[in-house]
Amino acid sequence: MSDTTWQLMLDSLWPMLSGAIMGTIPLALASFAIGLVLALVLALMRLSRRRWLSSIARVYISIVRGTPLLVQLFVIFYGLPPLGIVIDPWPSAILAFSINVGGYAAEVIRAAILSVPKGQWEAAYMIGMSHQRSLTRIILPQAARVSVPPLSNTFISLVKDTSLASLILVTELFRVAQEIAAFSREFMALYLEAALIYWVICLVLSSGQSVLEKRLDRYVAH
Amino acid sequence: MSPTDSSAAAPAPALLTVRGLQKSFGSNQVLKSVDLTVARGQVLALIGPSGSGKTTVLRCLNGLEIADGGTIEIVGAEDATHAPVVIDFAPAHGKRAGVPKKALGTLRDRSAMVFQHYNLFPHKTVLENVMEGPVVVQRRPRAEVEAEALQLLDRVGLGDKRDSYPFELSGGQQQRVGIVRALALRPTLLLFDEPTSALDPELVGDVLRLIKELAGEGWTMVIVTHELEFAREVATEVAFVDGGTIVEHGDPKELLRNPQHERTRQFLHRLLFPF
Ligand SMILES: Nc1ncnc2c1ncn2[C@@H]1O[C@H](COP(=O)(O)OP(=O)(O)O)[C@@H](O)[C@H]1O
Ligand SMILES: [Mg+2]
Repeated sequence: MSDTTWQLMLDSLWPMLSGAIMGTIPLALASFAIGLVLALVLALMRLSRRRWLSSIARVYISIVRGTPLLVQLFVIFYGLPPLGIVIDPWPSAILAFSINVGGYAAEVIRAAILSVPKGQWEAAYMIGMSHQRSLTRIILPQAARVSVPPLSNTFISLVKDTSLASLILVTELFRVAQEIAAFSREFMALYLEAALIYWVICLVLSSGQSVLEKRLDRYVAH
Repeated sequence: MSPTDSSAAAPAPALLTVRGLQKSFGSNQVLKSVDLTVARGQVLALIGPSGSGKTTVLRCLNGLEIADGGTIEIVGAEDATHAPVVIDFAPAHGKRAGVPKKALGTLRDRSAMVFQHYNLFPHKTVLENVMEGPVVVQRRPRAEVEAEALQLLDRVGLGDKRDSYPFELSGGQQQRVGIVRALALRPTLLLFDEPTSALDPELVGDVLRLIKELAGEGWTMVIVTHELEFAREVATEVAFVDGGTIVEHGDPKELLRNPQHERTRQFLHRLLFPF
C-alpha cells in the first residue's frame, strides 16, 4: 500500500471513531435499552395465562423475526411518510432497532424465565410473596444470569446492524467510511478500516460479557 | 380442682382441622377425601407410598395448590391478629376464582414449608434467604429480623455461614437454612416434605435432630417422612396415606407396631424389608 493510502487511513481514523462514538455506540445502546424493556414486556405477555396477550406477543415476535431488519427500517423511514407520519433518521433508526431487538430478546428472556426451577416460584410463594414480587425479586435475577450470553450475542449483532442506519442518512461509523471512500476512491482501505473498528468494539463487548458472567455467577443454581 | 384444671384434661384445641379435602389434576383425583386434626404443639407424621398424595396435602395446606373440595381451618397464635380462619373449597364456590385470595394468603402466612430439595434462593446469601420473607413480605424492622435470623442460624450451627451462598453449602447445611427460613416467618404451623430424603445418609442425623428439638419446643408440625424410627420418636400421631385418603391414623408406637389395615401392614413391611 502506498504512503498516501496509509495517510488517508490515519486521517480517517478520528472521523470514523467519532462516527462510532457519536453514532454507532449511542444508537446501539439506546436501541438495546428500549428493546430490552420491550422484550421483557413481550416475554411476560407470552408467558401470561391470558390467551389474547400471549397471542399478540407471539404474532409480534413472529413478524419481527420473519422479516429483514432492512425492510423494517425502510418501512419506518420511507414507508410511513406517505401516510403522513414523518420520523427523522435518528428516531427512525432507534425505533426500528428497538422493535427488532424486542422481538429477538423476548424469546431469550422467556426461555430464561422458564429455565428457573419451579421450586423457586414455590419457595417465593411459601414465604408469602405475590406473583409480581416473586418474579421481580426471585425469578428475574436468576433469569438475568442465564440470559447474559444470548443477550450479549443480540447486542453484538445489533452493534453491527446499526451500519444499516447509514442507508437512512444517519451519520455513524459506516456512513463516515462510505463518504470518505466515495471521494477518495480508496474503497478497500477504508472499508477494512471500518471493519477493524467494528471488530475492536465487539472484542471489548465480548470481554465485558465475560466479566458480567463471572459477576453474576452466583445468581445461578449450582 | 378449679374449672381451669379440669379443662386442661380435655384434648388440646385443634390448631389445624382439615375436612374432606379433595384435589384433582385433570381427571386424576389425587386427594379423595382427607381429614386431619393437629392440636397445638403436636407433630403429625404422614407416611405412605410414593404417589399417594402426601406432598399434595402439604401443598394444599401451604396454599401452593388450591384444593377443589373440603375445608381447612387454621388457628393462629394467641393474639387477636391471628383469629381462626376457615377456608372453604366447596365446589359451589367455583374453581380457583371462588376461593378468596385473602384466605389463601392467610393460609400461606400461617404455615411455612420446608422443601424436599431445600429450594433456597441461589442468588441470595444465607442471611438474605432467611430475612427475605420477614423483611420484604412481612415488613418487620430489618434490625430486629437480622438479630433474630442470626440467632436462629447460630443455633443450627450456621452462624459463620451467614454470608455464604447456598451452592457453597452441603445438602445438610442447606436444609438447615431451609428450616431457619421457615422458622423466621414465625408461622403457626411448620410443614416438612421429606426433609431428609435428598440428603446423603451421614447428613440426615443433624437435620432430624434439629426437627426433634423444634418438636420439643412446642412447634406444631406436619411432617411427610419415610424415617419410621424418627416418626415413632418425634411424632405425636402418625397417619398412613394411600390412594388419596388417610387409611388409618393413631399413636405412632401403636400404629407402627400393630397396624390395623392390610395396606398399612404391607407398606410398613416393604419399608422395613426393602429386598
Ligand atoms: N402438579 C401436578 N400435576 C399433575 N399431577 C400431579 C401434580 N402434582 C402431583 N400430581 C400427581 O398426584 C399424585 C400424588 O402426588 P404427590 O402428592 O406428590 O404424592 P407423594 O408425595 O405421596 O409421593 C401423583 O400421581 C402425581 O403424579
Ligand atoms: Mg412427595
